[in-house]
Amino acid sequence: MIEQNRFWRIVVYGSLLIAAVYYLLPLYVMFTTSLKGMEEIRNGNLLSLPLDISLAAWQKAWSSACTGVDCSGLQPYFWNSVLMVVPAVAISTALGAINGYVLSKWQFRGSEIVFGMILFGVFIPFQVLLLPMAQTLGLFGMASSIPGLVFVHVVCGLASTTLFFRNYYVGIPDELIKAARLDGAGFWRIFLRIILPMSTPILTVTVIWQFTQIWNDFLFGVVFSGLDSRPITVGLNNLANTTTSVKEYNVDMAAALIAALPTIIVYVLAGKYFVRGLTAGAVKG
Amino acid sequence: MSHTTQSAHYGFAERWLPRLVLAPSFLLSLVFIYGFIAWNGYLSFTRSRILPNYESAGLSQYEALFASERWWTAVQNLGIFGVLFIGGAMAVGIFLAVMLDQKIRAEGVLRTIYLYPLALSFIVTGTAWKWMLNPGLGLEKLLHDWGFASFTFDWLVNPDYSIYTVVIAAMWQSSGFVMALFLAGLRGIDDSIIKAAQIDGASLPRIYWRIVLPALRPVFFSTLMILAHIAIKSFDLVMALTGGGPGFSSDLPATFMYQMAFTRGQMGLGAASAMMMLATVAALVVPYLYSELRSKRRD
Repeated sequence: MIEQNRFWRIVVYGSLLIAAVYYLLPLYVMFTTSLKGMEEIRNGNLLSLPLDISLAAWQKAWSSACTGVDCSGLQPYFWNSVLMVVPAVAISTALGAINGYVLSKWQFRGSEIVFGMILFGVFIPFQVLLLPMAQTLGLFGMASSIPGLVFVHVVCGLASTTLFFRNYYVGIPDELIKAARLDGAGFWRIFLRIILPMSTPILTVTVIWQFTQIWNDFLFGVVFSGLDSRPITVGLNNLANTTTSVKEYNVDMAAALIAALPTIIVYVLAGKYFVRGLTAGAVKG
Repeated sequence: MSHTTQSAHYGFAERWLPRLVLAPSFLLSLVFIYGFIAWNGYLSFTRSRILPNYESAGLSQYEALFASERWWTAVQNLGIFGVLFIGGAMAVGIFLAVMLDQKIRAEGVLRTIYLYPLALSFIVTGTAWKWMLNPGLGLEKLLHDWGFASFTFDWLVNPDYSIYTVVIAAMWQSSGFVMALFLAGLRGIDDSIIKAAQIDGASLPRIYWRIVLPALRPVFFSTLMILAHIAIKSFDLVMALTGGGPGFSSDLPATFMYQMAFTRGQMGLGAASAMMMLATVAALVVPYLYSELRSKRRD
């Protein structure tokens, strides 16, 4: 019995370790490749350690690699993404919080229908919105601009943020609101003084979720951006798929890591909240 | 007296303020989601090419779509990709969840490792796997160095196999997600059921197969929905990994739609393909939501 148990433990730990290697291997390959020179890449293989560590590929990926005709590296794309992500996350989170508050604590006739309408937005394949959105952004002079991208991300992120906050606020006892109303507090006072101070966990989950989604987005980035508003994912894709020069895999890998770094840092610092967002989002799909 | 006027004043504000506050989001989703779906639907019945042209074309865009070899390649690829990706991610994820549920040391570290790919953009994943799978310096070279001189691996540039490289990368990225969902489900199961079965002499694999996993049916279905949804929307990964190529051998409906609508000046055709994608998602989601809501009402 004990022997059999030990056998099972070995099987369990063995498969878990193999899985860990499987998930980590691409990261290892990306990192080691980014530190090699092209000569070393040609002579070695995927798993060989860099003998002559050099940061030249990182430098090139950041400031001088060519993405098509333009050769200023990923730097401008990176800052475009920052300029897009900050307002988009802030606005969609703020709207989501207020919507969630109304839909859970100030329900009115028809509010469930509004909730259902906003919720269904989560499931829609965004392809059906692309063409009309492109026309509309053009009409309002927001085509190929960062404000246009912010707008699209706010509209399409609203469903998730509203859902997150509503489901969290439903758990706050209604008695609390009633007591505050008896004391003469109104709609905004209750929100600012009672609800908001209790919202730190869900705020963290939502901000991290929205940040990761918007930073990683490629579809809206590639359709709605112009020459000087392209986000980092588009920059990376252009860089890695440029066919004009000899393939420099070390630069590609450094660029991929630069694009991944912000979300990886957030994940490492606040993984617990990231996972909570994933499983909360799972209910909605 | 003054007290009643005050509460009446609040009554008015409280009646209208919530509606007023919700109005912007309501309008945004009404116009920019539902209005746009209708607009896109309208476009799919017009002659629009590079620019929108609202002359009616009847069903001709759909006829063109269903006559397009490229569209059927994309649909077939979605079938292959959907089945293998969902099946693979499900199998790996459930297996890892069960293994992690065996009171493991360092569970937190392992979970962190299994889930980090989800924080990455599909473009990053695609770029990384494109390098690893490239014939010449990637996996092929590694196996040559290890002594398998005749090993060839050209799936990335082979039209018959390019879609399978998308499956490989997508599984790597999303199987951890399945693990997280099932692990949460497993943690919700009462330990005493397992203990009772153990006392009856059932082996551990048998207990999981017969008792624990069947109890996770709801988790299974919601995971299935999410993965199917990811599969239908898959776009970034294909763009970064194969660009839909070689030729259009690894196109999916989402990349087909993008190519037609934004690079090849076939707006009407693109709109029609987007409507087909919406119809597919609706066919999956509506029955699911319906049964979810019904079971909730029953509770």
